[in-house]
Amino acid sequence: MAIATTHDEHHHDHPTGIMRWITTTNHKDIGTLYLVFSLIMFMVGGAMIMVVRAELFQPGLQLVNPHLFNQMTTVHALVMVFGAVMPGMVGFANWLIPMMIGAPDMALPRLNNWSFWILPFAATLLMLSFLTVGGAPAAGWTMYAPLSIQGGMGMDMTIFAVHMLGISSVLGAINIIVTIFNMRAPGMNLTKMPLFVWTWLVTAFLLIAVIPVFAGAVTMLLMDRHFGTAFFDPAGGGDPVLFQHIFWFFGHPEVYIMVLPSFGIISAIIPTFARKPLFGYTSMVLAVAAIGFLSFIVWAHHMFTVGMPLVGELYFMYATMLIAVPTGVKIFNWLATMWRGSMTFETPMLFAIGVVTLFTMGGLTGIMTSITPADFQYHDTYFVVAHFHYTLFAGSVMGMMGGVYYWLPKWTGHMYNETLGKWHFWLTAIFFNITFFPQHFLGLAGMPRRIPDYALQFTEFNQVSSIGSFGLGLSQLLLVYIVWKTVKGGKKAGNEVWDNPEGLEWTIPSPPPYHTFETPPLVK
Amino acid sequence: MSRIKSVLFAGLSLASVGLLSMRAATAGWALNLPPPVSPVGSNIASLHNAILIICVVIFAGVFAVMFYSIFAHRKSRGAQPAQFSHNTAVEFVWSAIPAIILVGMAIPSTATLIDMENTEQADMSVKITGYQWLWEYEYLDHDVSYYSRLATPSAQINNQETKNPHYLLEVDEPLVLPVDKKIRFMVTAADVIHAWWMPELGVKKDAIPGYVNETWALIEKEGTYRGQCAELCGKDHGFMPIVVKAVSQEAFDAWIASKQSAARQDVESGGPDPVRVELATSIAAAGRG
Ligand SMILES: [Cu+2]
Ligand SMILES: [Cu+2]
Repeated sequence: MAIATTHDEHHHDHPTGIMRWITTTNHKDIGTLYLVFSLIMFMVGGAMIMVVRAELFQPGLQLVNPHLFNQMTTVHALVMVFGAVMPGMVGFANWLIPMMIGAPDMALPRLNNWSFWILPFAATLLMLSFLTVGGAPAAGWTMYAPLSIQGGMGMDMTIFAVHMLGISSVLGAINIIVTIFNMRAPGMNLTKMPLFVWTWLVTAFLLIAVIPVFAGAVTMLLMDRHFGTAFFDPAGGGDPVLFQHIFWFFGHPEVYIMVLPSFGIISAIIPTFARKPLFGYTSMVLAVAAIGFLSFIVWAHHMFTVGMPLVGELYFMYATMLIAVPTGVKIFNWLATMWRGSMTFETPMLFAIGVVTLFTMGGLTGIMTSITPADFQYHDTYFVVAHFHYTLFAGSVMGMMGGVYYWLPKWTGHMYNETLGKWHFWLTAIFFNITFFPQHFLGLAGMPRRIPDYALQFTEFNQVSSIGSFGLGLSQLLLVYIVWKTVKGGKKAGNEVWDNPEGLEWTIPSPPPYHTFETPPLVK
Repeated sequence: MSRIKSVLFAGLSLASVGLLSMRAATAGWALNLPPPVSPVGSNIASLHNAILIICVVIFAGVFAVMFYSIFAHRKSRGAQPAQFSHNTAVEFVWSAIPAIILVGMAIPSTATLIDMENTEQADMSVKITGYQWLWEYEYLDHDVSYYSRLATPSAQINNQETKNPHYLLEVDEPLVLPVDKKIRFMVTAADVIHAWWMPELGVKKDAIPGYVNETWALIEKEGTYRGQCAELCGKDHGFMPIVVKAVSQEAFDAWIASKQSAARQDVESGGPDPVRVELATSIAAAGRG
């Protein structure tokens, strides 16, 4: 006990003010930094797509020229993927993994500080590309060569920004793996770990495996652009399709990197509000592992139209369809968790149900796009745009929002405003569907994605979609307001916050002291 | 809470009534694939419709269960939570059923795909080349080639004139093809990747520099069909439409003969092809930078 006391005093002289945040090695501080960064990026990326949707409100060019339009769609995607979703999930990991496994902090706290503080510089570099001659990258977030070989210095800045973001992600992933393997409290076996920790463990391995591949791809691009290599240039013996293979070897696991932690979040929320243990824990873990594995062997389903040989197309179709099995297991397990529970519908539960419902729609259109012959019609149309927003916005982002409402009282010690939270959920869910559901129809009717102007028959659904997107964008201001109000004050939250929730994080006070579990808890 | 819901539901039902009435008034609310005019297009469409129905049924079934549970197993109705947490038999069944459904989908998909990729025994071949931002068509069996580019005036794009009915889907010279012939398309590109997409024919193929991708179509009905480049290819990606004019064999023969004699006259008069000159400058301007 004496040791513990001196230990405490030693920690109490940590810097205050801005220096606290710059020098912090505390997992809670760093988690907060990640989440705030993610929220800022979410609003920035959202603002960009508002420009896009405003331009698409009617046929003809009104607000932006086609080049700027392409910059907006490209940077919107990069910001959302690398700025909002991935850092947001790392923020959850930082806050929650040590508290969930009964560890005092992350295993590598200084590395943790560094992996966060790379991010603002990377994001700034990406944003500064708008100021260069030729503007920001306009070749799509997929940066397909040879289009990405064209374009100005903005593309090079993006490549370096991607390098930095990648370093940050890999360092974060290493930290998470080391923490999970070495810092668990006595008795916290792998088979007792909360599902959120499991999903992040699989995600971290995916990150370490594929981020370097992506870094390699953009580095080859950089070489082609400036050092006379011809990796992707057929005139020099290179191959433009090679870029796509490398990109999607990263890109497909990437979509699971973004969505698996969200599965973990809602696997925590649903049992709490159904007042019933999670159904099928073992099959949930196996399904996450299976999805993680399958994600490595299906990449070319993004490239069915590049002219692959028939056997290649068949293989990638079959392998992709297979993902529906573990994904179905997860959805059925969530439903079975609700079944014969005693449910209440606080904001986190509403978001969790929203994720289950809407992500399933994205999963079903995913089955449709996995059917190669049909994908020849869907590919590169608004049908695909709708599909992946159902998985990425409804799957990942709404999962994170649910997680914020679920753990915010724990993190801040204050209850959020439940009425406003419910408003936020319903506005988000409804405007989300108004925005993206019509895009299925647009794609089927023949509207390609990434076009700044369109034929007259696409007008009506584009107008619906644009109106929905403005509502969706504005509704997120409510999230910012609710979070800010909750941080400032509000009804005091108890240790458990909810009705008998499961997990070590609910055994400590809300807000938790700066250092928790310095003496590891004993897990039965 | 109930007030929030009623406000939202009122808004939603108003919106849907509005949408439905607008639907009756205009023609722009297409919900599904355009009617196919080729065997491959028909196969894809029936595959698409079948999978769509399966997916809708699965969705409705699964979420009927969920919404029943949300209704019946709520605390406000006094539901007591059960404590079960697994059931191996049930878990096995709901892994097996999707797998069986998937196999059922895979079989017709495989057959369609094999058919789509079979470009052998074509009656004629057309080489399609994508440029930033226009298409070139070469009739390999007839020694005819020309460029096809957007015909919509820029005044319409910039909202200074009223827009044509086929705004952005009209070209100066369409691709003219005979009906009821198996036509092989050989698709490539000169600069960046494009994709040649004709929805009614069920054809979409990436045009990639250094590659010649093959695909085919057999057009069953005379008519004009409209599509667009489907792969982001730079600033005017949205402005390189594709128009196919399908005509009878006789009309096609007459057209190709007139094209051939026009080409001969060009060679005899010896003047440079103005389109080629302009194209060369536009490609140079679009290069690195
Ligand atoms: Cu994928
Ligand atoms: Cu294009």
